[in-house]
Amino acid sequence: MSFAEPGFDTGDDNPYDLLAEDHDGGHRWAFGTGFADPLEGVDTSVPDGLDPGALVRFCLALGDDALIYSHRLQQWVARLPELEEETAVANIALDLLGQARMLLARAGGIVGQTEDQLAFFREEKEFRNVRLAEHADADFAELVVRLLLFSTWRLALFESLAGSESRPGAADPVLAAIAAKGVNELAYHRDYAASWVVRLGDGTPLSHAKAQAALDTLWPPAGELFRPDPDALAAVDRDAFDAVLDTVLGTAGLDRPAAAPLAAVAGRAGRDGVHTEAMGYILAELQSIARAHPEATW
Amino acid sequence: MTMTSDQDLEAHFEDTIARDRRIEPRDWMPERYRATMIRQIAQHAHSEIIGMQPEGNWITRAPSLRRKAILLAKVQDEAGHGMYLYSAAETLGADRGDLTGKLITSRQKYSSIFNYPTLSYADVGVIGWLVDGAAICNQVPLCRSSYGPYARAMIRICKEESFHQRQGYELLLTMMRGTQAQRDMVQDATDRFWWPSLMMFGPPDDASPNTEQSMRWGVKRHTNDDLRQRFVDMTVPQAEKLGVTLPDPDLRWNEERGHFDFGAVDWDEFKAVVSGNGPCNAQRLARRKAAHEDGAWVREAALAHAAKHDDRQRKSGEEERFLLTPEATHD
Amino acid sequence: MTDQSWPLYEVFLRGKRGLNHVHVGSLHAADAEMALRHARDLYTRRNEGVSIWVVKASDITASSPDEKDPFFKPSGDKVYRHPTFYDIPADVPHM
Repeated sequence: MSFAEPGFDTGDDNPYDLLAEDHDGGHRWAFGTGFADPLEGVDTSVPDGLDPGALVRFCLALGDDALIYSHRLQQWVARLPELEEETAVANIALDLLGQARMLLARAGGIVGQTEDQLAFFREEKEFRNVRLAEHADADFAELVVRLLLFSTWRLALFESLAGSESRPGAADPVLAAIAAKGVNELAYHRDYAASWVVRLGDGTPLSHAKAQAALDTLWPPAGELFRPDPDALAAVDRDAFDAVLDTVLGTAGLDRPAAAPLAAVAGRAGRDGVHTEAMGYILAELQSIARAHPEATW
Repeated sequence: MTMTSDQDLEAHFEDTIARDRRIEPRDWMPERYRATMIRQIAQHAHSEIIGMQPEGNWITRAPSLRRKAILLAKVQDEAGHGMYLYSAAETLGADRGDLTGKLITSRQKYSSIFNYPTLSYADVGVIGWLVDGAAICNQVPLCRSSYGPYARAMIRICKEESFHQRQGYELLLTMMRGTQAQRDMVQDATDRFWWPSLMMFGPPDDASPNTEQSMRWGVKRHTNDDLRQRFVDMTVPQAEKLGVTLPDPDLRWNEERGHFDFGAVDWDEFKAVVSGNGPCNAQRLARRKAAHEDGAWVREAALAHAAKHDDRQRKSGEEERFLLTPEATHD
Repeated sequence: MTDQSWPLYEVFLRGKRGLNHVHVGSLHAADAEMALRHARDLYTRRNEGVSIWVVKASDITASSPDEKDPFFKPSGDKVYRHPTFYDIPADVPHM
């Protein structure tokens, strides 16, 4: 009953043999080695002169953004408009989960906690994600508009952290490496979202209305991405962000909202552990099984 | 060039099958063969898509980030398998939207196993072990289906599913070596999924009217009972290695036959589930229907945009591409 | 308005070590950009080293595999049978 059965000949013209080749170090396959230890083989000592506390808090911020964002995308499984979108969105969710794992492992390695301890056993007020990541997309328009805003910002940030030939990246080489890996993924996410925002904006009158409504809803929480963060080791240039957005929105025929960023709560917001009412439900779902079996290994 | 007679075409078709060669999309084939193939491939595709739901329900609650990633990748694979299969069906003249319509209105079926609920994280492992295990038993012979596109899609699907089965089994091994609560969870999941897994092979041979014709045409290569027996023989030692008890007091090795004897399947439950009264039938279809119907405005928008885009390109004579990130366009 | 399907695209891949593009299957997309993206997701798992061609199925003209075979059907036909050829009445059981 296996492929070693005598006489089992797949033929020499089977293109699927090519597809079974290992790509990307097995990262994307369920059976690949990339799932075992996110920072396997990487030197994880903290460089001299770097404040470990700030590095931890920054990695948690970016890691939590990705973890919670991926959670919302996972909730779209088997609910998307077409099967091809199922594969695309699952891919994006898997990429963000992978980034979350590496970032949480980086932070965890410094404070002596595992990625799972951080993900499943922290309290809500210890999570540092922006409120935009928690938003439940009301429809496909919100899914792609939110992804456009988030991935445009995150790509710019990761490009900055990864550095280039002309500009040094993050002082922490592990963070720089994580960012470098993430840049290709985020470019893909941003292009996926942008293509869809254009299709919806310049599609039917109904899709245009939904896309504009999504933009109006999501503009205020997106503002939080630009709140000053004292622990941030890099920042995104607002003008550059707006330039990308304007290109997409212009092609889509959508209007950039003028709404102000979402207000804070007594001066505190997502990065300070003060979230929306949705966060409690997200964590209840995410953490429940792990917490029900605190001593278990999975 | 004289037109070949239908008789000659049919003889050539039968000869191709007899020599164990493949029928390809543009070959002549009896209408009955084409219709049977479309139905079989489509129902297989529907099973992959509906199968995303019972496992997909546990992604957000996975108890470790590694398990979450593995499960998400698995469910993504299932979407991919569905697409390969719909593509194979389309080579026979079917239309995917039409097939989806038949699924949603219950004119075509999907594997009855997915009408059972997943109630704990151990179910994820048991589905990998038993359900994917049974599917592999069913599917490896299909890699030699007489219809070329189906056989080729099955080769890739089987490779991926054997990894899924191993992942599921590995999760169960980890749990069985863990806490008592984890072990109880695995036993409980096994108790609920064992008999439904046996039902995946379909009714007993003496109650399966289409088997003979299907076997003559290479649509089906083994009988239901043959495959069910193979599955039991393979799985019993796996259960022993895990340390779980299979919920069948009549299960025992028969030295004479060289196979495991096993108890009677409850075919009444099978009939109830297959006819629409299973625990989750309504919910599985409702979700598929909602995704499809709620998404209609999105699909329409994409078509409308493509039409406008083609129109503009025709008028300007220039290629219009919208890309934020430059990439190679020609090769 | 009836729900129109996205057109069918055929996908051809050439692997890193391949010499030519090979047909691997098909998918539905609203436009060529989408088809490329989805082909990358579905058929290559986003492997960057693979070259992808997508072609609308309706743009492909095919010959019969066995031109010299006495059983061949007229050539220059579409690569797959057209869906509307086979209009099955609604009251046919099991269809």
